Amino acid sequence: MSLTRQDVEKIAHLARLSITAQEMPVYVSSLSSIVDFVDELSRTDTEGVLPMAHPLDGQHQRLRADVVSESDTREKYQLNAPAVTAGLYVVPRVIE
Amino acid sequence: MLHNLFIGELADRLGKREISSVELTRHFLGRIERLNPALNAFITLTADQALSSAAAADARLGSGERGPLLGIPLIHKDIFCTDGVKTTCGSRMLDNFIAPYDATVVARLKGAGTVMLGKSNMDEFAMGSSNETSYYGPVKNPWDTAKVPGGSSGGSAAATAARLTPLATGTDTGGSIRQPAALTGVTGLKPTYGRVSRYGMIAFASSLDQAGVFARSAGDAAAALQVMAGFDPRDSTSVDVPVPDYSQTLGRPLKGMKIGLLREFFEGLEPRNAALLEDALNIYTGLGCETREVSLPHLPLSVPTYYVVAPAECSSNLSRFDGVRYGYRCENPKDLMDLYKRSRGEGFGAEVKRRIMTGTYVLSAGYFDAYYLKAQKARRLITDDFRAAFEQVDLVIGPTTPTPAFDIGAKMNDPVLMYLNDIYTIGANLAGLPGVSVPCGFVDRLPMGLQLIGPHFAEAKLLNAAHQYQQATDWHTHAPPGYES
Repeated sequence: MSLTRQDVEKIAHLARLSITAQEMPVYVSSLSSIVDFVDELSRTDTEGVLPMAHPLDGQHQRLRADVVSESDTREKYQLNAPAVTAGLYVVPRVIE
Repeated sequence: MLHNLFIGELADRLGKREISSVELTRHFLGRIERLNPALNAFITLTADQALSSAAAADARLGSGERGPLLGIPLIHKDIFCTDGVKTTCGSRMLDNFIAPYDATVVARLKGAGTVMLGKSNMDEFAMGSSNETSYYGPVKNPWDTAKVPGGSSGGSAAATAARLTPLATGTDTGGSIRQPAALTGVTGLKPTYGRVSRYGMIAFASSLDQAGVFARSAGDAAAALQVMAGFDPRDSTSVDVPVPDYSQTLGRPLKGMKIGLLREFFEGLEPRNAALLEDALNIYTGLGCETREVSLPHLPLSVPTYYVVAPAECSSNLSRFDGVRYGYRCENPKDLMDLYKRSRGEGFGAEVKRRIMTGTYVLSAGYFDAYYLKAQKARRLITDDFRAAFEQVDLVIGPTTPTPAFDIGAKMNDPVLMYLNDIYTIGANLAGLPGVSVPCGFVDRLPMGLQLIGPHFAEAKLLNAAHQYQQATDWHTHAPPGYES
């Protein structure tokens, strides 16, 4: 089943990706062929099969003790930030 | 020549103080300067830091300390965070990113005294099988610079093959260590999922990613894995299983080892590839192994399953790149939505965007059950097939790739054609199994690899089988023309 341009526009919006008008046909075509390719799965019988999210059985999410063990490294980590003021990340106005 | 020696031999000379780590490092830096421009295997070179690390290693050696990797140069795939050093993941999105910490893999290898020569080129965000999607340009295969080295760890593979480094780290999510190892004629090891920490390794697909190593022999790979492997509390998927002494069991006789020929791998195999595998099987039976056919009937589902699961996971992992806290930010964003969309639209390349969108689609309302849940069920079927096979055999054998290295540009217009390069490697990632590729001959004067896959945590057995093969053959000693000296 091929994807339409509207499908791809909607997906790109959900994924927060800007796609230019020139790029759009290429993505529509390549995403359609990928989706067609993986559609083979729909023809597989998976009745009664449990989905597998993790490759190893018997794993569980480990928790650690609820104690402070990290130090404040904000200054070091913010060195990579595009825009910082007073230790805060700066972005265009969100609230009108 | 120093660059043709194995790591054990280098460590021996360092230990006898016949050479210093500084001399060894200068030797490799000199080769990189001379030979890398034709290969484009590096994104960042760290010559000054390398020389100071080498001096520090020499001081440790001088005080009497010894270790299998002490003073040995290596390179890290640019997917591993390296404190104070640019870490780009092959992407414009992180072109300006200086990692503020070391990945666990980096820290452990550093602690063992390795000397980092630089960060290697890779497919963008580890998505690719040819190292053609890198923002920094394609990597060339040293065996024929019109050909790809494979991917996504193409830089690490090419540099190891060209003897620009004795050791290189890589990552393998769908074959990204094993496939380029095969195409460049080196040994590439992907450990069991959870064996090596993913802390500090930029995430692509969290249930598939695994760090591993490139070297020119199983023995060298064993020395590196010894240091890299082990429980890490900072990786919630790290498994707390003891790390055996991989080097100690390398030389164990293979008599009685049962090796499974995967029927689905041998079906439709190109005749010259099949002939190389036949030769390898004869070597193994000569070493005392029993071979028998095994079937993994759901294995043909591997590639479509992977291309649902991996994009889904990547769409989630790459949502952190939003132009806000680090990485590329577009110019003059008019509002927050524009900031997100254009930072991501401009910062990511086409393959990455394709996979993010594929993932977004298969996870979206109305499609989640049909695609993602379905793929997770197929994943279980594939994993169960492997489990059943390992009840009958110790290891499974097959080709690593369907063909030798292809021309740069040959498959870039057809994503599905590119995806089929991973047909033999992907199953092991879906099932979390360890796999190794070793050189097994040539087709059209280009290297080919044979692949061994084992059950969970069977790295010692894999390395043993690979090592014994390399004692009985010399494919792994061949250097690309022009790179021996």
